[in-house]
Amino acid sequence: MITVEGLTKTYGGFKAVDNVSFECKPGAVTGFLGPNGAGKTTTMRIMAGLTIASSGAALVSGVQYQDIPNPGTQVGVLLDASAQHAGRTGREILTLSALTMGLPMSRVDEMLKLVSLTPDESKRRVKNYSLGMRQRLGIANALLGDPKILILDEPANGLDPAGIHWMRSLLREYANRGGTVLLSSHLLHEIEVIADEIIVIGNGRIVAQGTKAELLQTAGTFVKAGDMSALANALTTAGMAASPSGDGGLRTEATPEQVGKAAASAGVALIELRPAEGAGLEEMFLELTAGTQREEVTTEGATA
Amino acid sequence: MSATAIAIDTNRPGVPLSRLFKVELRKMFDTRSGFWLMMSIAIVSTIATIIVILVQGLADDPGVTYGTFAGAIGFPMAVILPIIAILAVTGEWSQRTGLITFTLTPHRSQVIAAKALAAVAVGVGSMILAMAIGALGNVIGSTITGGDMVWDVGVGDFFLIMLGNVLGLLIGFMLGVLIRNSAGAIVAYFVYSFLFPTMFGILAELVGWFKDLQPWIDFNFSQSKLFDPPVSGEEWAQLATSSIIWFIIPMVFGIWAVLRSEVK
Repeated sequence: MITVEGLTKTYGGFKAVDNVSFECKPGAVTGFLGPNGAGKTTTMRIMAGLTIASSGAALVSGVQYQDIPNPGTQVGVLLDASAQHAGRTGREILTLSALTMGLPMSRVDEMLKLVSLTPDESKRRVKNYSLGMRQRLGIANALLGDPKILILDEPANGLDPAGIHWMRSLLREYANRGGTVLLSSHLLHEIEVIADEIIVIGNGRIVAQGTKAELLQTAGTFVKAGDMSALANALTTAGMAASPSGDGGLRTEATPEQVGKAAASAGVALIELRPAEGAGLEEMFLELTAGTQREEVTTEGATA
Repeated sequence: MSATAIAIDTNRPGVPLSRLFKVELRKMFDTRSGFWLMMSIAIVSTIATIIVILVQGLADDPGVTYGTFAGAIGFPMAVILPIIAILAVTGEWSQRTGLITFTLTPHRSQVIAAKALAAVAVGVGSMILAMAIGALGNVIGSTITGGDMVWDVGVGDFFLIMLGNVLGLLIGFMLGVLIRNSAGAIVAYFVYSFLFPTMFGILAELVGWFKDLQPWIDFNFSQSKLFDPPVSGEEWAQLATSSIIWFIIPMVFGIWAVLRSEVK
């Protein structure tokens, strides 16, 4: 169980984390979603005692991280897989952690096997590792002390699709055994694939939180036509408010049936018509990232 | 989902300093650069010894004693040992390994203490090794030239030289803690040990009253007395006062900063 309460971190006048509160429950994978610079890493660093909060608290089962004896054996942390001495071998990095925690060296081999780093790869220096291999090593390091709680910052970053699938199974099993997992990502897709509970953060604030089912479920309809302006006009005529939604379509609160009828009576040929599942979360996420994005999100044909 | 509360065990034994000491010692050797930096102690001592033997042979100088070897080896030691201490500290920041180190040991002062002990252990070990190489040089040198073998460095002198070098190493350690950047701390060390003494020297020449004050506030000046025994009571006192200014105070400030700083 991780409890974050009213957590705030300011740098000069800038609020990197602004009154953030949430909980991560045992037996579930909690996804921490937000664009780059939203405050995810700062929040996680505060959890691991690496950054001092300006106010508020982040507690692990009611205990401050600094007060956890031999914390590596109770909370597994991966904050940045690239933060490694490039001249050490993968095996040496795990060995140092195992020595610190007082673990038998057999644990190192077990973990290397678990994350599918071959004995040959483990003897290579980290500077020759791909980002995906560094992530695997970082996960091995976090799991080394057999902790019951995991805090992982962007662990899927750099993993190939097969790697993401592997991590999903790994974390799913871990959560099923009663473990608590908090993992962050700036990619909606990754979070959708791995997490049960989702916390969305933007500009340092929590903008949404709930189970994946709750957040992905949105009322309304997603619709797309060849002639988008004609479709927008048809919806306006029928009195339905519509807003642009991902991939050049429109989303409205009306049911698919109502939208279909309106389009038919206006003679607009539709390409896509379906319940707008997940569109709400995606829109919110696009809105959050719009500020930092280089490309403008086009709103063409959605003037209605 | 059952709300099985996962309790944190606050009664579990923490990480003892002895284990951290072993880890920190290991970190000084487990990279190629670290390993060769350590090897450089033996290599440089050997080179310095060979040069003294060559000079001894070529000049047929009967004046070469064990003290000559000790002096020749001592100079490179005064540069290498502080750099070893600096890198032992700054690597956590420059290489960003601190992210794991300080997560596994949130009490950062313990990590710093373990690093200090490891650096001192390496310093003491290096000095013993270097002096042994020098002793071997003295034996070989006098055998080749047929001159008298002169052992003019006593056990007491040896401990003073060792103390002098360990102090130099700790100055490097302090700069590492204070600056937390490899290049910056190394540059600072050279400023500390080469620029400051020169400036103090010039100042003492030009300003009469400063000449009396210098031994009390110039660390390098008072430290150098350790290499020139015997050391008088007043000289020990001078070493103490200058250490407070140039070592203790910045060290306390550096540790305070490390405890509060953000590890990124």
